[in-house]
Amino acid sequence: MPDSLLRVLTCGSVDDGKSTLIGRLLFECGSIPDDVMVALEHDSRRFGTVENGVDYALLVDGLAAEREQGVTIDVAYRYFETPKRRFILADTPGHQQYTRNMVTGASNSNLAILLVDARKGILDQTRRHAAIASLLGIHDLVLAVNKMDLVDFEQAVFDKIVADFLALLNRLGTMTVTPIPVCARDGDNVTSASTRLPWYTGTTLLKVLEDVQLNQADAETPFRMPVQFVNRPDHAFRGYAGTVAAGTIRPGSTVVNAATGVEAKIARIVTMDGDLADAGFEQPVTLVLDREIDASRGDVIATVPAPRLGDQIDCWVVWMDETPLFRGRAYQFMLGTRTVTGTITDITNRLDVETLNEIGVRELHLNEIGRVSISLSHPVACETYETSRELGGFILIDRLTRNTVGAGMVTNIHAGRSEVYWHRLDVDKQARAGLNSQKPAVLWFTGLSGAGKSTIANLVEKRLHAMGKHTMVLDGDNVRHGLNRDLGFTEADRVENIRRVAEVSKLFVEAGLIVLVSFISPYRNERMLARDCVEEGEFLEIFVDTPVDECRRRDPKGLYQKADSGQLRNFTGVDAPYEEPLDPEIRLLTLEATPEELAERVVEALRERGIVT
Amino acid sequence: MMARPAHLTALEAESIRIFREIAAQTTRPVMLYSIGKDSSVLLHLARKAFFPAKPPFPLLHVDTTWKFRDMISFRDATIERFGLELRRHTNPDGQARGINPFDHGSAYTQIMKTDALKQALTEGGYDAAIGGARRDEERSRAKERIFSVRGPGHTWEPKRQRPELWHLYNGSLAPGETLRVFPLSNWTELDVWTYIQSEGIDVVPLYFAKMRPTVIRDGQIIVVDDERMRFLPGEAPVDRMVRFRSLGCYPLSAAVDSDAATLEDIVNEMRTTRVSERAGRLIDKDQDSSMEMKKREGYF
Repeated sequence: MPDSLLRVLTCGSVDDGKSTLIGRLLFECGSIPDDVMVALEHDSRRFGTVENGVDYALLVDGLAAEREQGVTIDVAYRYFETPKRRFILADTPGHQQYTRNMVTGASNSNLAILLVDARKGILDQTRRHAAIASLLGIHDLVLAVNKMDLVDFEQAVFDKIVADFLALLNRLGTMTVTPIPVCARDGDNVTSASTRLPWYTGTTLLKVLEDVQLNQADAETPFRMPVQFVNRPDHAFRGYAGTVAAGTIRPGSTVVNAATGVEAKIARIVTMDGDLADAGFEQPVTLVLDREIDASRGDVIATVPAPRLGDQIDCWVVWMDETPLFRGRAYQFMLGTRTVTGTITDITNRLDVETLNEIGVRELHLNEIGRVSISLSHPVACETYETSRELGGFILIDRLTRNTVGAGMVTNIHAGRSEVYWHRLDVDKQARAGLNSQKPAVLWFTGLSGAGKSTIANLVEKRLHAMGKHTMVLDGDNVRHGLNRDLGFTEADRVENIRRVAEVSKLFVEAGLIVLVSFISPYRNERMLARDCVEEGEFLEIFVDTPVDECRRRDPKGLYQKADSGQLRNFTGVDAPYEEPLDPEIRLLTLEATPEELAERVVEALRERGIVT
Repeated sequence: MMARPAHLTALEAESIRIFREIAAQTTRPVMLYSIGKDSSVLLHLARKAFFPAKPPFPLLHVDTTWKFRDMISFRDATIERFGLELRRHTNPDGQARGINPFDHGSAYTQIMKTDALKQALTEGGYDAAIGGARRDEERSRAKERIFSVRGPGHTWEPKRQRPELWHLYNGSLAPGETLRVFPLSNWTELDVWTYIQSEGIDVVPLYFAKMRPTVIRDGQIIVVDDERMRFLPGEAPVDRMVRFRSLGCYPLSAAVDSDAATLEDIVNEMRTTRVSERAGRLIDKDQDSSMEMKKREGYF
């Protein structure tokens, strides 16, 4: 009966024979049933790339598109066991455009098998795969030098490749490498020792997989458990459910809520199989404490020293989305069981995974890996990825599509803002706003250039002023003369432009004012960021909805003419996109009413919301 | 019962974590309960994940009306024993039209299973449906995420799946999307049986070998379960020692010749068999990418 579970990543380029190797492993470990083998032989004749043979790639390429195109697109998981161990193989594609898939496979793996074609030696791809495995914290790597039959089983060829790889390793950090010469097609050194490689005295691939030491949790490591949810079946029971991320715990142990430092003792470790005397790494448990510590999902229960609370982190980010990553963009940041808003504050370098050099950049594109700084909306208990995959690995989620767009590994934790003392002021914004019987708010006018944003905002302000309300207008063009004079019109600069304006609006809201912002603000994401700066109900998105043809006809500043003739680049509505609001608080159709009528409608909406009386 | 092997402890831990994420991240989950061995394991894990509370979701059985009688009585006994809430759904339109596995072939699967499932999920307003599918069952399943997003109409886009890293399951949804969640993704059939054995989990008696009335159709052994079975001219049921590896609708699930009458026998048989589990599932074989196509349309 197997006594442990090993998760293995297989990587290497298409032609290195990776699928053949996997097929060979599965076949020799008896994991390919006869009817599947028959189907495989049938498919091999139809789609196969191996002449007169079984194309094992077809066994792992599960999607119709993969079989038809003859490429692995997505990670496939394969399972087999030997009397010693049960294995999960994450088979990942080799091409650069599938880096994100390889990263996905690597994230849960304990060991990587990296294939190299003996005829080709170390390639750019080999370096990339080794770099990703290292970055994702895989400490054991098997360098399988394949197709030894095609180099006449020459030891010199093997030794050269191994030496080249070990030289590379100096730049990759700590990793234990086991090089093995194999011929996957015939099975040499896969599960049984080869007689064709008498000079090789090492072990077979399967033996390495069976014997490699799993990273056992060190008993000395402090205890950590992110709370998944609070289990409260009735008033008498309150338990914190989660999986132990590090360390060991016993009834009587003193723990803290890492977010607050409040202490308690473990009263019980509850499971359906009965209470436990102790619980360790990767065990799912429900902890009952001897007193209330006000913990909820996202908190970390820990022994001291508790993990740090960070609100600024430095990290590696693997970018996985077609839309590039910019400074100023905000995403949902999910680490452990905590989800907060994370705003990109800096992007400094990109890792060239083929040369292993770092290159200065300001944005990250699909499949690129870079050094990024992120500011978090709330402090998060975390650790460096090197210390803990569980509390140092995170994902970034797009707030509109809800897709996972990035994966990150924490390298540095700062408690920046929480150490800058936040002065609690006696006169707050309600007090300031109350003087004028108004509630502070941001009226965010968005729309194309020439839509009428400034005209309407101006009329609204005049009306509010006449009513005795305190207001302030922030106009896109005006702000660009001062605060934002250093910014241009690239996507990255537009994001930063909006971020600054949103922060300034927030200050005016603190001052109790009604702020009228008149900005094209073409991206939903940034408008959402501005909305997040202030409290719920304080932000009104006003979509000044004018068709682009009408804006072009009006063209008050002659900008459309310049854009159309190519003198002006990145002009919204012409050669840069405008993302219409999906659900604005107010939509103003300028073709159907005069600016005065529309301004009145805005003031009316403010009355309805109690912002003005 | 026997001591639990270490690798099953690791798989159990992963599944419990997944169940808890569903409870924490979704608002209206439901668990598909199809009465088979995988459902039995799934239910056992759900009970463990939320102990001492009960699982915070109802069970849903999509009833084609063609399940084995033993399955239905096992289902009702299980629900009663654990004090759970069961919701049943049968496609009313299909029932009215008399859709059945003898006359309607693959249309039967589409109408009474896939369509019925989609109806039940839509009517229930569930944002997440938990299923017992495993990646080792079939190759398109091997590519599916644990938290698998379905578009409007419950469709699956295999090429537009979210990357799924570490144990960070992204359960957030855009408007119109729902989730399918598969806590048993990384289990194999052998794991399921060794776990059933080590945990002492009850399963439908049809999994154990017994003399049963059978007929042979297209080389497959079909067990005669009730009077609705249609015989070909000259055909008569013959008693054979058989059991099931996979249970579905009775005229569509083939039995296997076997003497395995205990859990230990089954585990031993599993270790030596040379035939895959779904070889007895007649519905998977229509076309090469049969399962992938059904999944794209909303099947589990």
